[in-house]
Formats: sequence, structure tokens, C-alpha cells
Amino acid sequence: MQTRRSFMRLAAGGIALAEAGLIGSWARAELPQGTLDSQVRDALPGKQPLIKRTFRPPNYESPLESFHDVLTPNDNFFVRWHLANIPHIDVHTWRLNVGGDGAERSLDLSMDELKRDFEAAELVAVCQCAGNRRGFSAPHVAGVEWGSGAMGNARWKGARLKDILARAGLKSEAVEVAFNGSDRAPLDSTPAFVKSLPAWKAMDENTLVAYEMNGAALPHWNGFPARIVVPGWSATYWMKQVVSIRALAQPLASYWMHTAYRVPIGKFPIIDRFTSQESVTTTPITEILINSLITNLSDGERFAAGQPLQIKGLAWDAGYGIRGVEISVDDGRSWQSATLSESQGRFSFRAWQFTCPPRAAGRLFVMARASNSQGTVQPAELIFNGPGYHNNVVQKIAIDIV
Amino acid sequence: MTIGSRFGSALLFSICAASAIGGESSIKLAGGAQATQVQLRCSTCHSLDYILMNSPILTRAAWEAEVRKMMKIMAAPIPEDEVAPIVDYLSQYYGSN
Repeated sequence: MQTRRSFMRLAAGGIALAEAGLIGSWARAELPQGTLDSQVRDALPGKQPLIKRTFRPPNYESPLESFHDVLTPNDNFFVRWHLANIPHIDVHTWRLNVGGDGAERSLDLSMDELKRDFEAAELVAVCQCAGNRRGFSAPHVAGVEWGSGAMGNARWKGARLKDILARAGLKSEAVEVAFNGSDRAPLDSTPAFVKSLPAWKAMDENTLVAYEMNGAALPHWNGFPARIVVPGWSATYWMKQVVSIRALAQPLASYWMHTAYRVPIGKFPIIDRFTSQESVTTTPITEILINSLITNLSDGERFAAGQPLQIKGLAWDAGYGIRGVEISVDDGRSWQSATLSESQGRFSFRAWQFTCPPRAAGRLFVMARASNSQGTVQPAELIFNGPGYHNNVVQKIAIDIV
Repeated sequence: MTIGSRFGSALLFSICAASAIGGESSIKLAGGAQATQVQLRCSTCHSLDYILMNSPILTRAAWEAEVRKMMKIMAAPIPEDEVAPIVDYLSQYYGSN
């Protein structure tokens, strides 16, 4: 009896704790009210209706249905610009200027030359905004309040940046390679959006100057006629409408490198470093983190009791390779492995699915947790940082079995 | 792109998409006439949904940091004596307090 009472007390305590934990962690990740009130479905020319975050400059995220396939359709692909004047480019007069004090010579490439003089490379890679899911940050932080759709996965085709840099003659003293696009701010005095990569990353065989996306020309809003593709790294480096590539003997001094797009050193499980731009406490963001998305369920959806429940989604990381995805339907108490679909390459989304046996009526908390070949697992708690980057906390979706 | 080729110019700037102009004009800031100054100073470079989207999550200090960032980094020509009224407005209508 004594034993039984202790057990009951323990069990009750356990349940109470679990309830408290459930309620505590079920302060559901939600976008700011003003974000919800000001979002609309809106179609930019040539695009499907996406979720408008801001009209000018245009920042539009891909709705959940964009992620039903492993490749994100071009007309559903998210749109992100920092500066409001985005020129329409005539590909026949477009030129890519290559040079800088870290290069032996300058090049002035037409699109025909880019396609003809350099071997074309193709790969599938995730393009994810550094601030994807910022809107779910707790506490909320300033910025573009993205939900989960500031990302996409495409088959990119283009010239290898290393081949272009070899043609220009990369000097041994080159530490970085900087990129500029055609976009401009309405005021001339606003600094241009310029970014740089460490020279070693610019010379990586997977870093491209891409002119095709999923077998078609890039959409205007995604950087026509050419953009930089940096598989595994945050989209902040994927310069759109690129017109200038400069090899630099000194680190690029710019607000966009020194102040923006930086994260605390040591806070995230990052392997790739950007040493020429590191300070004592912060580093430019580099690799994207292990992450996943449940693509066929939404909060509050209802499903019939007695039926198996299909759970589908995507997982991705910086290119180390997805090791597995685990699913929990009991608020994280137990986890079971999902089935991974065929890989489309290490930088691609990896599709997965899981069939949950029939459940009794009630609320289910569905969670997906991806891990990669490095043994890095999505965290159970958000790794908070002021700019709201790298949000890869395990998602939790509440559905009702009725 | 078609417009660009018609004029044979690689750099024909368009402020934004037609739909965006239409959409943007639907954004109305709170506070009637009090919003005029904010509208004038902020909408030169960006649509006003940047303000709505970031509400009501920022403290007065955080709104001031945003305004100062626009001045110092983005070179927004906002006179110093307008900073306090603009921050007051953002804080009153779109702030967390």
C-alpha cells in the first residue's frame, strides 16, 4: 500500500510536471500580431501568390504547399531584397565584371561567354535566408518577421566560380571574394548591398555563378540573369543579379559584413569558419544548421480517429548529410524513425515520411527532429540570438484526432 | 525584362512591381495626422508594412535603435529634432509598452 501510494504520488508528480512542461513549452511559436495582421497573399509578376511580408523592397515567403515536392517551383520560390530599386536586366547587355586587387587581370563576361567558355555544373541546393523563422523567435526580435518559408530548394546550373577566378588569376594574397548586384536603394547615399566569401569558399567546386534554376532562366525576383550559389551556406551570400566579382587582398569593410548577418562565436554547432571577418565575440553567419519541416500538417487540423496518420516533411543541413529524422506524436516523450526518401544530393532537401498508427480521439503534439552525419541534432529549445538567425528548434504542431 | 529589352538598357530601374504599388497604397498607419511625418520619412526607401510587421514587439528603445540605424547606416535624411517625435509615435502606436 505504502509502495502503491508512493508510486501514485510519483506518478501524479510526473504527470503534473509533464503537464507543466507541456503548458510551458506550449507557449506556441507564433508570429507577432502585427505580422499576422499585415500579411497578405500577393503575386509579384511571374510569381504565384506568396505570403507578402513587405511590399517594398519585396520580401515574400513561400507558403507551406510550396514544399510538397523536394524541388521548390520557381514561381513559388521565396523573394528577399534589401534595397527597393530592382532593375529589369536585359541579358544581352548584362556584363559580369571580375577583378579586384586580389586578381591578376580583369574579365568582362557576357552571358554567352559565361555559358560558352566555362564548363557548366549542376547541383541541387537549399537556399535559406539567415532569418528564416525569425518571426517565431521568443522573445520576438526586430527584422523581417519570416515564418518557415524563407527558403527553397532548386537545381542550379551555372559556371563554377573557381573556374572564373582561375581565368582572372587569383593571387595568393587574396583573402576574400566580394560580390555586388544591380539592386540599388532609392537614396544614392544608402550603402550598396555587398557581401564577401572567404577565398577558400569562393574556390569550392560547388560554389557557382548560376544562370539556370530548375531547368529555366532565373526568375527576375530570384536574381535574373545570374546569382551566386553557395551550397550549404546561408542565402545572404547568394548575391542576386550579380554584376561584380572582386578578389580582395583585404577583408571587405561593409555594414553587411561587419554588423549585419553576424552570430555569436561558439553559440551554434558550426564547422565552417570565416576567420578574416571574425571579431572576438562574433562571426559572420556561415553554414545553415540541421533543420526539418513538417509539410502536410498545420496547427489545429483535425483527423478522423481510427485512421493511420501520414506525416511528411523535409530535412536539410549544410551538406554533411541527413542521418535520420525522428518523429514524436506524444509531445516528445518517445521518438520513432521516419523513412528517408532518395537523396537528391547532400545540399538538397531530403524528403521523409512516417505513418503513425491509428490514435484515439484527443490532441496530438507532432514533432520532427532531424540529425546529420556529424551527429548534430535539432535542439529542443531555441538557441536565442538578438538578430534571430539560425532558428532550427524542433517544430511542434498540435492536431486533433476526432 | 521585356521592358528592359525594349529600351535596350541593362539598368532600367522600376521602383517596384505594379502589384506592389497597388498593395502598398492600401497600408494605413494609425493616428491620423500624427502619422504624416513618419510616412514621409520612412516611405522614401521602404513600404510602411515594415512598421506594422514589427509590432507590437519593440520597446521605445528598440524603435529608437531602428530609427538611428536608418539614419546612421542607411543614410536616411531625418533631422535630429524629428527623431524624438518619430520614436514617440512608433512607440505609442506600434510599441510593446
